[in-house]
Amino acid sequence: MSKRNSINRINDQVFKWFGIACTIFGLAMLAIFLYSVLSEGIPRLDWQFLTSLPSRKPENAGIFVGIVGSLWIMGLTALIAIPLGVASGIYLEEYGKKNMIASFIEINITNLAGVPSIIYGLLALEIFVRVLGFGKSLLTGSLTLSLLVLPIIIVATRESLKAVPNTIREASYALGATKWQTILYQILPASAGGIMTGVILALSRAVGESAPLIVSGALIYTSVIPSHPMDDFSVLPIQIFNWLSRPQKGFIVNATAAIIVLLGITFIMNGIAIYLRNRWQKKIKW
Amino acid sequence: MKAILKINQVISISILATSLFFLSSCGAGENKENKANELTGEISIDGSSTVYPITEAVAEEFRKVQPKIKIGVALSGTGGGFKKFGRGEIDINNASRPIKNAEDSICKASNISYHEIKIAYDGLAVVVNPQNDWCKDITVAELKKIWEPEAQGKITRWNQIRKEWPNEEIHLYGPGVESGTYDYFTEAIVGKSHSSRGDFTASEDDNVLVQGVSTDKYALGFFGLAYFEENKNKLKLVALDDGKDDNGKGPIIPTTETVKNKTYSPLGRPLFIYVNSKAAAKPEVVEFINFYLANSVSLTMDVGYIPLADDELKQEQQKWQDFISTFSDAKK
Repeated sequence: MSKRNSINRINDQVFKWFGIACTIFGLAMLAIFLYSVLSEGIPRLDWQFLTSLPSRKPENAGIFVGIVGSLWIMGLTALIAIPLGVASGIYLEEYGKKNMIASFIEINITNLAGVPSIIYGLLALEIFVRVLGFGKSLLTGSLTLSLLVLPIIIVATRESLKAVPNTIREASYALGATKWQTILYQILPASAGGIMTGVILALSRAVGESAPLIVSGALIYTSVIPSHPMDDFSVLPIQIFNWLSRPQKGFIVNATAAIIVLLGITFIMNGIAIYLRNRWQKKIKW
Repeated sequence: MKAILKINQVISISILATSLFFLSSCGAGENKENKANELTGEISIDGSSTVYPITEAVAEEFRKVQPKIKIGVALSGTGGGFKKFGRGEIDINNASRPIKNAEDSICKASNISYHEIKIAYDGLAVVVNPQNDWCKDITVAELKKIWEPEAQGKITRWNQIRKEWPNEEIHLYGPGVESGTYDYFTEAIVGKSHSSRGDFTASEDDNVLVQGVSTDKYALGFFGLAYFEENKNKLKLVALDDGKDDNGKGPIIPTTETVKNKTYSPLGRPLFIYVNSKAAAKPEVVEFINFYLANSVSLTMDVGYIPLADDELKQEQQKWQDFISTFSDAKK
């Protein structure tokens, strides 16, 4: 065995162990986080906590308003952001011409994904709350979060459309299909897995946001359960944010319990999306 | 065709989910009895996170008496709240400091008159680590020497403040510069609001400051008294001497009593609510403020702040009654 060859083998081993160490580091951090949250929060989780309104006494306080608000926000954001994001992605990738304007738009979309979320809150306060007069409603909140996650959905959609081999498009055209038919029956089903992954990431981010909602005027205290999109609301991350900054230890425990619920909601949502994605993907046989 | 079916399924699932919200929300409000004196309406409140716990406590008790009045409290901070107040977007602003001249002129420009109500006191506690056995009291002048902008990079050791204190580095902790607490402290100690040295550990979350001071022997920090009360075993209070003998001689420890009788000076601060006079024309807001004042003493103590003294509270109640009566006269 030449010297060079053995150095390469050593490098190989070193990189393998480096990779393992990185993975373990991430998992260990997650485990520590989960352990500390679960050990502190689980004893506080009961029916009373899930169904009570805000209170000055930590033991009477609950997150009902937050849960209902978060579910509303999640649903409305999905209804607004998914069609807009996926349609924009399809247009940019399949219909739009590849010229200067297209690459300019592309750079802007990528940059938008990096804008601090609080900026979207300020934008929403001016446009949705004041100019359009939606008030501090669920509609304002979900439009804000839709803007926030649109870049993620658009980029994910474009990437997964790019991943569909061109031969599929050409085969479809060769059989006489129109562009729309090709997209609807061939490209979209083939790329649905990637698009869904993007949508999951986007919605999970939206559900965890508090800063843009606080800026646009979402409530901390309300005793009213929202019943339509123009109602005022609060969400779980805002309740958590508020409790974490309170002096009483009981509120910190409440915050960790609420974090568990938020994790649970995200987990269930991701589970549903992954299930849908897998069912979709099985259909593709080329 | 299959893809379309799936899209239909997704849509129907979301419609189902939305209608479930509707159903669940309809069920919640039905079991309330209809009393004759029940008012309806909405009260929109915004402002300081320091005052928020008191308003939350009042709103919580108020909903037992007047369940049909919708109260929403948001948290834009004192300044953010005044911006909305000046545009007439909210009925009441929670404020951890008096309204500024600039904010007052915005209100005047948009034809908004208001009434200021003092509702409680908050003490700012100066704290050190329990292992710190030298710093038992401090004067306002010494605090100024530590915190003024010129101290940056110069005042770095304990013995620079008082000769007998150890020759060790001093580590400073304080609330973030965006908070009303920081504004108040700098105004009271340095003499100019929003002006201090920049090389201190700042956090918007006072619990982080508690953590910092409690693990650092050479730390000195300040934050709301309630945070000290909840962490008594991890921190040590420093008595404050303002050098004036007419309001209590010598160093004074912040307690409910010393903040209430203003001998803990200048770090006891009043907390306010500002009521828009258009809102004060609404019976539900009048009812809420009456309730607020009537219950402020016990609820303030519940959430860790210091209530007004009895005569002060009576004064505030009287001023409020006068305000709404002149206001309703003007309407006639």
